[in-house]
Amino acid sequence: MEGGVGIESHLFMDLILDLLPILVKMLVGFFVVLTTTAYLTLAERKFSAYMQDRIGPNRVGPFGLLQPLADGVKFIFKEDVVPNHVHKVFYIAAPALMLVPALLGYVVIPFGDSIELFGRTITLQIADVDIGILYILAIGGLSVYGLFMAGWASNNKYSLLGGLRASAQMVSYELTLGLSVVGALLVYGTANLRQIVLHQTEYWTLFGSIQVPHWGIFLQPLGFVLFLISAFAESNRLPFDLPEAENELVGGYHTEYGSMKFAMFFMGEYTGMITISALTVTFFFGGWHIPWIEHAGLTHNVVAALGVLAFLAKTACFLFLFIWVRWTLPRFRYDQLMSLSWKGVFPAALLNVFGTALCLYVLRRPM
Amino acid sequence: MIILQTLSARLPDILFYLFAGLSLIGAVQVLCRRNPMNAAVSMVVTVLSIAVLYILLSAYFIAAAQMIVYAGAIVVLFIFVIMLLNLSAKEIGRRRYTLFKAFAAFVAAAVGVSLLPGVRGAPRAISEQPIDPSFGSAKTVGRLLFGEFLLPFELTSILILAAMVAGVVLAKRDITPNRTFSPVDAILDLLLKSDRKDKSP
Repeated sequence: MEGGVGIESHLFMDLILDLLPILVKMLVGFFVVLTTTAYLTLAERKFSAYMQDRIGPNRVGPFGLLQPLADGVKFIFKEDVVPNHVHKVFYIAAPALMLVPALLGYVVIPFGDSIELFGRTITLQIADVDIGILYILAIGGLSVYGLFMAGWASNNKYSLLGGLRASAQMVSYELTLGLSVVGALLVYGTANLRQIVLHQTEYWTLFGSIQVPHWGIFLQPLGFVLFLISAFAESNRLPFDLPEAENELVGGYHTEYGSMKFAMFFMGEYTGMITISALTVTFFFGGWHIPWIEHAGLTHNVVAALGVLAFLAKTACFLFLFIWVRWTLPRFRYDQLMSLSWKGVFPAALLNVFGTALCLYVLRRPM
Repeated sequence: MIILQTLSARLPDILFYLFAGLSLIGAVQVLCRRNPMNAAVSMVVTVLSIAVLYILLSAYFIAAAQMIVYAGAIVVLFIFVIMLLNLSAKEIGRRRYTLFKAFAAFVAAAVGVSLLPGVRGAPRAISEQPIDPSFGSAKTVGRLLFGEFLLPFELTSILILAAMVAGVVLAKRDITPNRTFSPVDAILDLLLKSDRKDKSP
């Protein structure tokens, strides 16, 4: 009897020890992404202020650092108005349908190598999925339902136009986003994001001694440019923010939304930006890998910890790029946006796939 | 602890019945809803539930493809058209019951009953053999599509092309194209000469 209890409690401990790292990774990932989302809004306002020779928010806390907190409190305590002319179910569901896919997307992105703790190897990734990139594309495709539902349920011509634009834009650029990574997938030979990063930790040796990391940007320069264009369009950021063009559509699909519901659209957009930046780093900039760190002679755990920092820094660079572009470039016209997608990016992506396939066939054919 | 174990052993079954039920409810809603927007959203529910069923069958690639192609593109296009039309409640009209609908419901119910385990005979024994780990992966699906099923796969693309051409023709029906010479037209003219003369005044 006692032995049975012993075995059972032993099994229970094993279960806890298996589950604990996963739970910790999920909680920390969630916390970090949401905090980054909040501070990204502050960064957006600060950088835009610097670019326009203003000061930006500086009243709440030192350097305005508590501004996101103040914004959050304001959003939560504002009266939650549901206008009379809306379709109630869709109106309430829309912000959730925008935010939830955005919060699901990042789980497959590896943010570090593995660390060894108490004899267990813990991979620094919430879910190591074999179809990683397809998962992100599938989940990203769902966020369009939040946009069109908001536009349609608001029963308002500006919102409807915003929703229409959003659906057309998302369908067009999802295609080019998917197609622009096909070249990279051909090179790496896997859709698993961890394997893709591991592939990029190798080096080419040039001139006998110079080592160049196998980063995707060197293998797929055209693919990277096309991916970046599609990423900007997919996350509805300037120069492609047609669904919410203020000077034409008031606020676009979120015109009728206020308080926390509006904040959820806002958070969805910024979380989407974080996911897509992290994905760009994973695909084209070696993920968590720091070039030449193998020669420093550090222990595995230290390298992994530094790798997490490197991953965060690389992602931050792309987040800055998103903000930088927003406050530098004017908005596209709608027909320009569509012709760029179908007549510019789409054929170029096909060409990239064809060229990559041809190169791989020539290079890898048996001699 | 024992509750946990039975729960984890039964979890695939529970998920299966949950999402199979959801997909059925969604499918029935697509048929019954007058409002096209509600019907389209119900269709998304069905499509996503079926994707979950694929995951339960460990066909992850098919599940992702289902989500990307159906939920991410096709239903979005449906919705795009619905939003462009933006029908009012009057144009949609009220629900009507016809004899044909009653007959269709009867046939559907009959098919459903015939699929019940007791009616159809004992279910086939499920082999206890564990599935191949590469089952349902992108590689396996790709090999099947571009190997064994290459011909049907390529024929499907011709079918889609034909549908696209038909769509363009329907949309541009009013515009008469510039008459250019083509051998097909010449042959058609020869064959249909008598017909055309009859029609012309």
